[in-house]
Amino acid sequence: MAKAIKIAAPAPAERRAALAGQELSAAGVTLAVLPPAERISLRAPDASIAALSKALGVTLPRKPKTSASRAGRTALWLGPDEWLVIDEAEKDPLADCAKVTVLHSAVGISHRNVAISVTGPAAATTINSGCPQDLSLGAFPVGAASRTILGKVEIVLLRTAADTFRVECWRSFSDYVFTFLSEAAGDAAA
Amino acid sequence: MLLIRCPYCEEERPELEFRNAGEAHIARSANMAGETDDDFEKFFFIRSNPKGIIYERWRHMHGCARFFNAVRDTVSDKFLMTYKAGEPKPAKLPGAAK
Repeated sequence: MAKAIKIAAPAPAERRAALAGQELSAAGVTLAVLPPAERISLRAPDASIAALSKALGVTLPRKPKTSASRAGRTALWLGPDEWLVIDEAEKDPLADCAKVTVLHSAVGISHRNVAISVTGPAAATTINSGCPQDLSLGAFPVGAASRTILGKVEIVLLRTAADTFRVECWRSFSDYVFTFLSEAAGDAAA
Repeated sequence: MLLIRCPYCEEERPELEFRNAGEAHIARSANMAGETDDDFEKFFFIRSNPKGIIYERWRHMHGCARFFNAVRDTVSDKFLMTYKAGEPKPAKLPGAAK
């Protein structure tokens, strides 16, 4: 009989946040990597919206290109039956959705996304260097949110203030997005 | 850059957010196994490829991600109108060139 081999318990994996602590300041615009947040991708038919809104504590927006925010939790309209829910108060929206019995699909994507804030009077110009949408305050007011593209990758854009945007991108694209925005920030300042 | 009106986002958005998805209104047979080879070829491979008005499926890939239908003029590359997937072919086209 073979001797039982003892295997030492592996050390717990170290979690390294993408882009952790990166920052960039240019004239008129500042880029910063935002702290980790809880996120879910939520799909639900019309009939489930009321129950889900109640469970999440934030009314899911029904109008295109809008978002709703309450107590550190933001729901972004992505499609007619699709929302991105971001929670910055460290309360898991996935757990809230689990209690709901009506038809829906909630998928935790907290670690799939990285958020970058773009702040300053040249913020819109910086993002517009790779994003073809109209980001004037009339077309993209405070609270407006949309899935769109930046250069070659897909992002979710949320305007949190007149001169502040939150750019959500996939973790593996975050290096590209941050570098792209850094270059654009330099150009926007020039 | 073209601006394409997404019927789900209810506004015009830049073409970079969209993908073409081929000709629209091609009905798939309910009894695919019973199709003759000729009929299957027509359904699967043969497209109208007109010079002028074409009905196409488009997808707002980097937006709401929805498929919808669009009427486009292949000569001028102008979008005449867009409508939601599942809706019938529009009987009248706005501003269609004769």
